Amino acid sequence: MKQRLLIVEPSELIIEGLKSILDGQIRFKVLEPEMSADHLEERLLAAHPDIVLMNPTLVDNPTRLRGDQPLALVALVYQYVERDVLKNYDAVVDIRDSRAVILETLAQVSPGEVDASKSSYELTKRETAVLVQLAQGKTNKEIADALNVSVHTVISHRKNITHKTGIKSVAGLTVYAMLNNLIDESSLL
Amino acid sequence: MKDFKSRLFSSEARLSDLITAYPSLLSLLTRLDISLGFGDRSIADVCEASGVDTGFFLLICNVYTFNNYIPSTAAILGTDMTGLVPYLEKSHRYYVDKRLPHIERHLDAIAQKLSGRIGQVFISFFKEYKKEVEAHFAHEERDVFPHIRALMTGERDKTYSIGEFLHTHSDIEGKLDDLLNIVFKYLPPQVDDDNVLDVVYDILRLSEDLKKHTFIEEKIMVPLVKHLEKAVLS
Ligand SMILES: [Fe+2]
Ligand SMILES: [Fe+2]
Repeated sequence: MKQRLLIVEPSELIIEGLKSILDGQIRFKVLEPEMSADHLEERLLAAHPDIVLMNPTLVDNPTRLRGDQPLALVALVYQYVERDVLKNYDAVVDIRDSRAVILETLAQVSPGEVDASKSSYELTKRETAVLVQLAQGKTNKEIADALNVSVHTVISHRKNITHKTGIKSVAGLTVYAMLNNLIDESSLL
Repeated sequence: MKDFKSRLFSSEARLSDLITAYPSLLSLLTRLDISLGFGDRSIADVCEASGVDTGFFLLICNVYTFNNYIPSTAAILGTDMTGLVPYLEKSHRYYVDKRLPHIERHLDAIAQKLSGRIGQVFISFFKEYKKEVEAHFAHEERDVFPHIRALMTGERDKTYSIGEFLHTHSDIEGKLDDLLNIVFKYLPPQVDDDNVLDVVYDILRLSEDLKKHTFIEEKIMVPLVKHLEKAVLS
């Protein structure tokens, strides 16, 4: 069965280039591309692609797109992309890759092989709870008391949060928490 | 070290070739008092015409270009370092007067597209960062640079000792990396526009530049001043 491939990419030039590379490949059926991520979630539900080849700058949280669909996410990069961003993807296609390498990369990601641990960059419930308190200006000790855990545990949650988000400072994590709707203005000091 | 010797720039090369190979060095020129329009002249010729010590110019260019290059104390002491403090001061001005306001304009435009309070928190994150950077530079300009100037003229300045510097010298790039992660990964898709892409490049460039600035202070300025302190006291 052909793999249904959805390209999500704003540049027409890149889309056409990819189409010409994929043209005539019996392996893939190239779906009508999306040029933005605006209606991506609806599109995924409607078109149920097997592989999404996507410009990683379009989506802030690609793992969310997966939902419970067995979907392979492939990042399409043209320039430097933060390593942590790429960890949310099953594979990476660089536009400077040769035709053979691009086809090989796409062939290797088949939905059956998607590793469930790839979504481990999502914050756990506990980590989210720590983050929210942190954003409210609480100290490690106060957080430990509120969540009924040891200070040591709070620190280890904080390490994980920083590792996952790439954000170290409390001020930066506060912005992160707001952008992800984990806190609203009323809970800020 | 030998490895580097063959890769480092030499004064006989054309300055234009150096810039063509490493365009990011362009941003160093004004800070080093070299104006554009140098034509096909060699590095040595351009430096001489601009009143910049060639050895010092090459030292800075080499540090900026080769990530693992740490000049030896002998190389530092063998170079005319009178240009160091003026260079660092001009770099401070370049960051504060040019780069940070430029980034702030992009961030302001992005904040407009975020809902009220989120936009405010986003922009105040940057404003706080800017204040920290300015305080960092102010401390260096007030306490450290005058100390070095005094030592260079042979004065026994004991009001400050460079030994303190490394202990208190803070990391000014860290929050910029936080900002980069926020802008790149976590802004909602509706703000994905030219400003985001532009500011990502600007932040990356400033972050790299600040890392080199810190490197020059810690790995070149500090050994130099330690030596001067000893020399002047004995
Ligand atoms: Fe400085
Ligand atoms: Fe500094």
